[in-house]
Amino acid sequence: MKVEIGSGLAGRERLPTTLFEQAISGNRRSLAKLLTAVENGEVSHDSLGISPREVDGSVIGVTGAPGVGKSCLIDRLLSTWTSNGLKIAVIAVDPSSPLTGGALLGDRVRMESADNNPNVFVRSFATRNQPGGMPNAVVLAADVMRHCDYDVVLIETVGAGQSEIRVVSVADRIVLVEAPLRGDEVQAEKAGVIELADMIVVNKSDLEGSDRAAANIISALEVASNPPPVLLASAKTSEGIEELADQLRTLPAKPGAELARARERLLTAWDSALLSRKDINEVLDSLTSSDNSAQEWVEKNLRW
Amino acid sequence: MRIVIAKPGLDGHDRGAKVVARALRDAGHEVIYTGLRRTPEQIVRTVLDEDADMVGLSSLSGAHAFLFPRICQLLIEAGCNDVTVFGGGIIPLAERPILFESGMRAIFGPGTKMHEMSDFVDAVVERVSTNQPVGVGEGGDWVWSSGA
Repeated sequence: MKVEIGSGLAGRERLPTTLFEQAISGNRRSLAKLLTAVENGEVSHDSLGISPREVDGSVIGVTGAPGVGKSCLIDRLLSTWTSNGLKIAVIAVDPSSPLTGGALLGDRVRMESADNNPNVFVRSFATRNQPGGMPNAVVLAADVMRHCDYDVVLIETVGAGQSEIRVVSVADRIVLVEAPLRGDEVQAEKAGVIELADMIVVNKSDLEGSDRAAANIISALEVASNPPPVLLASAKTSEGIEELADQLRTLPAKPGAELARARERLLTAWDSALLSRKDINEVLDSLTSSDNSAQEWVEKNLRW
Repeated sequence: MRIVIAKPGLDGHDRGAKVVARALRDAGHEVIYTGLRRTPEQIVRTVLDEDADMVGLSSLSGAHAFLFPRICQLLIEAGCNDVTVFGGGIIPLAERPILFESGMRAIFGPGTKMHEMSDFVDAVVERVSTNQPVGVGEGGDWVWSSGA
């Protein structure tokens, strides 16, 4: 028997608008169930009666390579911000298997406050490879969380490759997490998300080589106009965490990245539209069973 | 299905929980792993926030007779009556009836085949779609008869 992911066995009995009202008044279970509906693409801004949020810096994307310490840094930020009286929500994105559709969502493991701090709400999202709904769901989920009085929404990505940059491009601000000993200084010269980031955090500042890693990044960015701030921090010792938490609350968007961001958002929307085509499975089948290349299909079918 | 796999109590043996998480992932489910040494309260909070359909509890420390019923009770108190609870680990046959009484629907011992876990999940889906009780607080006497 094929089990549909997101068939949402629980919660089918209540209307999203009712759930939304209950969630706004502070009911966690209603918020959780509403987020399931968001993830399944069953609700939209329109159906909830809200308009897309103004960009105000309160939705922050956290990206970086696997193992640099994104989840641990987020955990420290959660402690710091909540002890200052803020309410914080986290959307932790992990990949779905392209073969089975299943996913192992493990970001909570490293977030202690996820399970006991009443002012924290952590929700794991699987990328679900399909109808491209991912970025849309993240945007709406973040908006819903902001409506439910969460002061900051953090979006944590898987952290490998271009597509994760895209997911983060839906956030108001992008923080790139780096760590020492991740290669020579040429790595920092490479183009990519580093150019889109509004802030770069070099985590693991307790390790030898972290100063040099930060210096490399700073010198690589120096030649560009408007380099983003580069901060050293350690999720392990909490060094630099206060400053990071402070700066993130008032972080300005990096000037000059508007075009690049707009391009990422356009590509996100484009992926989403393409993968939401009703005939997407037939298209994929025809590509696997015939000699037609994907390039040919695009040229034949997507001309405008 | 969204399934939480949890390790309650002071038990450091997570090989089984990880293998089960992996097997359920490969069967096409979204599995949220909690990590080691969680309290019943933390596990219930995870189930609640993640809006999970099922939660699997793993214990090899011998504390299952206290921890599993406690989690079932907290789930019911939190209004998660419709969440299906199952468990696994070193759980003697003689101690299983009391766990079933607390609302659990399956206990899997050492030697359980991978496919049996996903057969169980499929059976739960089947029962939900035909409106038969399967949640921790939904009553009824249906339990999975496991092979090990």
